[in-house]
Amino acid sequence: MAAPQPINVEDLNIYYGDFLAVEGVDVQIRPRSVTALIGPSGCGKSTFLRTLNRMHEVIPGAYAKGRVEINGEDIYDPKIDPVNVRRRVGMVFQKANPFPTMSIRDNVLAGVKLNNRRISKSSAEELVERALKGANLWNEVKDRLDKPGMGLSGGQQQRLCIARTIAVKPEVVLMDEPCSALDPISTLAIEDLIHELKEDYTIVIVTHNMQQASRVSDRTGFFNIAGTGKPGHLIEIDDTDTIFTNPSNKQTEDYISGRFG
Amino acid sequence: MSTPTDTPVKNPPALHRPRDERRLPWYHLVFTGLAGLLVAVAVLAVAGALSIASAILLGFVLHLLFGWAYSLVREGPRWATDRLMTLLVIGAFAIAMFPLVSLLWSVIARGMTRVLAAKPTTLAFWTTDMSGIIGGADAGGVAHAIVGTLLITLWASLISIPVGLFTAIFLVEYADQGWKRTLGKGVTFLVDVMTGIPSIVAGLFGLALFIAFMPDQSVRMGIMGAVALSLLMIPTVVRNSEEMLRLVPTDLREAAYALGVPKWLTIVKVVLRTAIAGLTTGITLAIARVIGETAPLLLTVGMVTSVNWNMFDGRMATLPTFINQQYRNGNANCMSDTVTNPVNQEVYACSISTNIDRAWAAAFTLIVIVMVLNIIARLISHYFSPKLSR
Repeated sequence: MAAPQPINVEDLNIYYGDFLAVEGVDVQIRPRSVTALIGPSGCGKSTFLRTLNRMHEVIPGAYAKGRVEINGEDIYDPKIDPVNVRRRVGMVFQKANPFPTMSIRDNVLAGVKLNNRRISKSSAEELVERALKGANLWNEVKDRLDKPGMGLSGGQQQRLCIARTIAVKPEVVLMDEPCSALDPISTLAIEDLIHELKEDYTIVIVTHNMQQASRVSDRTGFFNIAGTGKPGHLIEIDDTDTIFTNPSNKQTEDYISGRFG
Repeated sequence: MSTPTDTPVKNPPALHRPRDERRLPWYHLVFTGLAGLLVAVAVLAVAGALSIASAILLGFVLHLLFGWAYSLVREGPRWATDRLMTLLVIGAFAIAMFPLVSLLWSVIARGMTRVLAAKPTTLAFWTTDMSGIIGGADAGGVAHAIVGTLLITLWASLISIPVGLFTAIFLVEYADQGWKRTLGKGVTFLVDVMTGIPSIVAGLFGLALFIAFMPDQSVRMGIMGAVALSLLMIPTVVRNSEEMLRLVPTDLREAAYALGVPKWLTIVKVVLRTAIAGLTTGITLAIARVIGETAPLLLTVGMVTSVNWNMFDGRMATLPTFINQQYRNGNANCMSDTVTNPVNQEVYACSISTNIDRAWAAAFTLIVIVMVLNIIARLISHYFSPKLSR
């Protein structure tokens, strides 16, 4: 594998129809590290996250303008197929969403099977085991791989979704508040997992939980919004320690210390 | 919280039932019911209008009164109201069930006997057709009409299901913005209008469509009927499928997109797959809606006496039109105990009621077909619906 390159975002403006939701994001996301995005509700951090694998434009009327370079390629180049971008940039959602018609095994293999790719039985077994082990779920489900994925607990379902995402071997994994619906124990399991995953993947995580951001991330970005109807901005991004101890921007400091507004 | 401990709360709500309110066991309802029935029978006997129906009806009304009054005295006003409402709900349910049960009962009682007792062998009614059957001959069957009904419904489904399903997919998955949205609204409006088309008009459309292209103005073919029926079926398929596809959570579509699955594969393998149970039910309902249609088939495919497997040549018999024809024939004329076919000299027993019997037996056959289709659909949705068990 070639040396991983950072994700370069240059002058990215994100729209919902006529509404400019996020304005002028310039940021470099380091490879093989965890970048957390924090900020108040509605500030555009999830919207920004979804532009990194072109999921944003799935919403009717939504589009983005600017440059997002992954591995030296601008994913917003007209020649680029968003489907291929999404194969390289995986995503884990706020609400665990395993496919209800599929077994645990098929959920892990969803990226292969839904794309009509052929895979031998032995390599499928190997992939399932590797992905589930990678998501710290193998020991809990290895005896019931043929049972429906919806039968798992919420935390297990979320780890199943992570296994499904890493089974397609992406370079980047985006996580949109992956723990917001989980109890503290499941959250801990996912946070441990994030630590392990950053050995192999570039991870960007949106979270409302500042303790979580400080626990899991190497770098933290703070998004803010001037008011309703105004676009969100990336206020600052820095090493997580710096953001939480000595932020350079007043807004960040207010938000971190709870004096928001 | 701040209530001083020395002032007791005034009139605390009693958790136990007050002494004058108690629940009597259910069989008290039987007593009041019997009382109502007896009084009803007595009143009706005096008035000279006693019959089972009138006794049950008046008995029920009196029971409402007796049961309520009895409960008011013995149980208190709250339970009395409860009793009254329970009785009213049961009554409404009985009124709703009565036509269904009575319909099924008459069709089974009058139709099944004819099917089972058919001559020369049991079930011959389902394996023979009407060729060579004349007058009051106690013979003949609906094989030709079964074949016609199944073929025409099959072709109507072959036309309607793809058109309807693809329309629904367009409406749910693609008509989200710009000109597609406008088009989608137009399509929805037209589908709504189509839902209200009277079936006879659909039949006339099928007829006119083919006559416009055919040299022979008197042409009748099975496919004409199938086209006419599909006109009635498409809006139902679109509406039902649209509802079902909208029920599939956006989460699942996004999950598939995020795995790099193209949109069309997401629709085929995630959306349709997740919704398949509902889609099957919706399509079965649409089939059940058209399988009993008579008017369009009378116009477009007419009636014959023998089996016609060819959808593109000649008239076909169908069960609804067969029922209509047989019933209109009415009682047969029986000069003697037997009738003889003058052409092949075949001799049959003569029965006055043979036409009516055949109509009932054909109605029974139609119900059996619809039921079998329903069972198949149930099985499909059972085996394909998402499973939640551990």
